[in-house]
Amino acid sequence: MFDKEKLAEVKEKLETFDEKTQKSLEKRPERQEKFYTGSGDEVKRLYTPLDIEDLDYNRDLGFPGQYPYTRGAQSTMYRGRFWTMRMYAGFATAEESNKRYKYLLEQGQTGLSVAFDLPTQIGYDSDHALAEGEVGKVGVAIDSLADMEILFDGIPLDKVSTSMTINAPASVLLAMYIAVAEKQGVSQDKLRGTIQNDILKEYIARGTYIFPTEPSMRLITNIFEYCSENVPKWNTISISGYHIREAGSTAAQEVGFTIADGIAYVEAAIKAGLDVDKFAPRLSFFFNAHNDLLEEVAKFRAARRLWARIMKERFGAKDPKSMRLKFHTQTGGSTLTAQQPDNNIVRVAIQTLAAVLGGTQSLHTNSRDEALALPTEDSVRIALRTQQIVAYESGVTNTVDPLAGSYYIEAKTKEIEEKAMEYIKKIDELGGAPRAIDVGYIQQEIMDAAYDYQKDVETGKRIVVGMNKFQIDEEPPKELLKVDPAVGELQKEKLAKLRAERDNDAVKEKLEALRKACEGDDNVMPYIIDAVKAYATLGEVCGVMREVFGEYQQSVNL
Amino acid sequence: MDRPIRVLVAKPGLDGHDRGAKVIARALRDAGMEVIYTGLRQTPQQIVNAAIQEDVDVVALSILSGAHNTLLPKVVDLLKGEGADDILVIGGGVIPEDDIPFLKESGIAEVFTPGTPTTVTIDYIKNNVKRK
Repeated sequence: MFDKEKLAEVKEKLETFDEKTQKSLEKRPERQEKFYTGSGDEVKRLYTPLDIEDLDYNRDLGFPGQYPYTRGAQSTMYRGRFWTMRMYAGFATAEESNKRYKYLLEQGQTGLSVAFDLPTQIGYDSDHALAEGEVGKVGVAIDSLADMEILFDGIPLDKVSTSMTINAPASVLLAMYIAVAEKQGVSQDKLRGTIQNDILKEYIARGTYIFPTEPSMRLITNIFEYCSENVPKWNTISISGYHIREAGSTAAQEVGFTIADGIAYVEAAIKAGLDVDKFAPRLSFFFNAHNDLLEEVAKFRAARRLWARIMKERFGAKDPKSMRLKFHTQTGGSTLTAQQPDNNIVRVAIQTLAAVLGGTQSLHTNSRDEALALPTEDSVRIALRTQQIVAYESGVTNTVDPLAGSYYIEAKTKEIEEKAMEYIKKIDELGGAPRAIDVGYIQQEIMDAAYDYQKDVETGKRIVVGMNKFQIDEEPPKELLKVDPAVGELQKEKLAKLRAERDNDAVKEKLEALRKACEGDDNVMPYIIDAVKAYATLGEVCGVMREVFGEYQQSVNL
Repeated sequence: MDRPIRVLVAKPGLDGHDRGAKVIARALRDAGMEVIYTGLRQTPQQIVNAAIQEDVDVVALSILSGAHNTLLPKVVDLLKGEGADDILVIGGGVIPEDDIPFLKESGIAEVFTPGTPTTVTIDYIKNNVKRK
């Protein structure tokens, strides 16, 4: 990018600058001997053209909406339309959550994002022994199609796009969504949305797995295949770095491990006989946004470039859409403090800016009180308003990828891409992501980073405002959201009624058909759809699959 | 000579957030304690079985799912039933301040909320462990 002679001149002047600065440091030292990013990488005092002398604009950056997509997934980005403002929400019963969704849509939210409770995420009905105390706590309880009908009551499914954070039982919840839409008169080819459906990161970091790796990968490729033919606008997976980062990883690990997972899904689908350009355009990603603004922006850009290169070079994708990484972002839950919780509003604003300057397609902003409980309606509104302020008032949305060309941003983008690629190589050597997870490699790397972080906070090497510096005596916050403990009983009653009133012979028949499909090689999606339409419960459907597939055993290491 | 303090770090309930549990487990180990970590999704009965089998002095329960009021007291009750109520039981996680008095009444000796330095937990255990 730069003229050789001019570069030589910069180099010469930089040396003079360094010498001069070094002398002045004797009198006036810097605040710290060394400076680090949020992920612990050293940051230099100054970045110059010398740091990006190998950068080739056309090869490494290109134009937005074009390979290698460093500058963005679309050509006009937020000049065309803003990202989808999508707040992750759900608690208690389907009735309660339906009210919250309608409230959020009235407040200008543009897409839904469903949080399910833990029994639902692990494929247990609300009346299962292990569900005790958990029903409706971290999300909405869905036991059958009947709950799903209430959840989306009065919400036209041809008008909204819906993201569902569901992994091990993703096929079942997608089947219910398709069935609800059909009852609304909306055919499945019109449905827009995303299921998370990313089992590998459940094994790594999030923990809501059910089945062992092999049948889990089969369920995922079955969904890819079914949707490519029947639900073409649906994002069939959201390959997630979010939880990897929350578990304590660095930014480069977030990119490296997430893309390694992505590679495993692409390989599994190709092995199952699918054409890469048929399913890859519907793959989507999900990243975290932490406080180190510039490092985060570089991370998003690096992820886009790396995925594009891998899809083209490693998998021979031909359709540009297969190479284009689209992603959802959530601000970093683990960056929130329980101390002086209003400070979290500011953290979320910085993280929002990082996601937007990094070119996100959709965004969830956390609420100030989430280190304490599920957010109240007021807190959620402030978090949504934070996005709206960045969108309408900050000006950063007026031009595409405004930080491109910054010496620091471009050097950092390259550095993160290279570091992530090193992790991917290491994982390839171990035999791919599923194997690297089985032997605990990925979990161990994340844990080491998490422990380093904790030690840095406790020694004061890393400052967290309000937590280890600038503390005050404060009253414990009032007005936290409380989920009524009666929700569990309510769901149990609903289930008993459902089981008494539905056609139990039909349920039995559909579940048997599903069992046979699981034992054989058929795509299981049509069988699951049949079963949920007959009001087989989530626990019953997953129960059949548990019997055929078995359950995943976590490898526990510290 | 005193043997090292033995701690069972356990995850009751269904949530998969084990960053806190693992960090605390490592910190306790680095502080010279012997630490056993259960892994995810342990029922109160499984936790109590492990505590008895491993002959621990402390059970440290990490929970972020919101089911603490249901599950934590159960662990205490089951330990009592086994005649092991001299085991110190402590809790940590996203637990609202309002719930802490109830948990303490139920026999959870102390509750550590987000932002607590690991050194605070370590000192608490050293000063309050009953067995040994």
